[in-house]
Amino acid sequence: MNLSAIEKLDRRWLFAIMGLLVLGPLVRPIGLPLKATEPSRKFHAAIEAVPDGSTILMACDFDPGGKPELVPMTKTALRHLFDKKCKVLITCLWPGGSGLVSQTISEVVAEYTAKGVPLVDGTDYVFLGYKAGNEAVMVLMGQGITNAFPRDNRGHDTATMPIMRQVRDYSSFPLLVNISAGYPGTKEWVQQVNSRFHLPMISGCTAVSAPEYYPYLQSGQLRGLLGGMAGAAEYETLRSEKGSATKGMDAQSLAHVFVALCILMGNVVQWTKQGGRRA
Amino acid sequence: MKREFPLFLTAVIGLFMILSFFVPHQAVSVPADFLQQCAVIVVAFGYVLGGANVLRVNFDGIYKRQADWPYKIVLAGSLLVTLFFGLKEGRAWQETSSVSMWIYNQLYSPMSATMFALLAFFIASAAFRAFRIRTVEAGLLAAAALIVMLGRVPLGDVFTQWLPEPLRLGAVQDWIMNFPQNAAKRAILIGAAMGVMATGLRVILGIERSYLGGGE
Repeated sequence: MNLSAIEKLDRRWLFAIMGLLVLGPLVRPIGLPLKATEPSRKFHAAIEAVPDGSTILMACDFDPGGKPELVPMTKTALRHLFDKKCKVLITCLWPGGSGLVSQTISEVVAEYTAKGVPLVDGTDYVFLGYKAGNEAVMVLMGQGITNAFPRDNRGHDTATMPIMRQVRDYSSFPLLVNISAGYPGTKEWVQQVNSRFHLPMISGCTAVSAPEYYPYLQSGQLRGLLGGMAGAAEYETLRSEKGSATKGMDAQSLAHVFVALCILMGNVVQWTKQGGRRA
Repeated sequence: MKREFPLFLTAVIGLFMILSFFVPHQAVSVPADFLQQCAVIVVAFGYVLGGANVLRVNFDGIYKRQADWPYKIVLAGSLLVTLFFGLKEGRAWQETSSVSMWIYNQLYSPMSATMFALLAFFIASAAFRAFRIRTVEAGLLAAAALIVMLGRVPLGDVFTQWLPEPLRLGAVQDWIMNFPQNAAKRAILIGAAMGVMATGLRVILGIERSYLGGGE
């Protein structure tokens, strides 16, 4: 093929190829083998290490933009915690996220109801909803959870809920599970809560923000980290689940290879042109 | 007085909040709690102010027929319609049959996801047209990017299965993330933290006054 033709390639061809590479494996999965990395194994181990029946704080800080990456890991973490008979308090600091988080919880609860293990809102779990204030809310929760969230997402009084009987402030939780799409998210929970109230925490985040949290993982401030859809898929593998992240990894694999090829092709064309000029 | 009083208030509250970090006594922690609650309320009011500002700016743009004014009608109209149904339905907005939930599921959620999904297409195009290796540094960046990009997905290990375990793309990707990337990121974090501390001190001491607006 003529290299100058490649250089002048209409970018709509690139869009079309990318579209097909993403769509194809979603329709007909390839089933590429998945291997869990150390940060994902640590995330899984941190939840495993929590005593059965504990009350866990889960901060779901995302909105529909992060749905493909973050909802699968949220669901797997919820299943993991519910399987360990843990009670889960869920918060959301993203204004556009409470609807999605509420739906995600409902879907997981429905799965358990279908299995004959009904989970009761206010007893086994509670979604405290969205609260404006970012870091101020995190610090406020340190003075008392009901203080920061007097009512849950549906407007029920949190102080009278059975799940809140054992909950006072951050010292009531053995672990904080944060699912984060950016600000406010993991970085702020580490800075305001882990450092100040010494609450052990793990994080699941978008792939683009994962490198930012690696220093926290290495320092031990984060006990585990799931980075993007790959992290979610690894977590599903560790839990022997076949969720949407595992299915999406085939598409992501091909998309990554295509982007790598685009970088190489673009540069090959450039080098060939420069070589031609020098000659 | 117009400028001195806000500066005095900032200095006193700033120093008090720093003190509350180190002194757990009730005499400090109770007023600090109160101030935290005030901060949450002020942020909530910020949304009201933000919404009102969006409407003011866009109505002004529509009135003056600024560039792309029809889009401003869509924005202001969407805001008002969502606000109307949100206020009308109250806490019942989370019911699956509510109009607010329909707006959230059928409009907001797909549009928000679409914005992210578009990145894949633009990254492919940008990778082909803009990612040119002209210097050694750019070469290093490209090599690291290719290894991490391929090493993060299962295909990377499939391609390099014939190599010893530590030389496979997944293992090399892990090394890049854990060492060079981590070292650089930590340096950036420490630098940024020092910058934040310096800015915080400048605000508390009244040296940094740009947040007051209006100019000198």
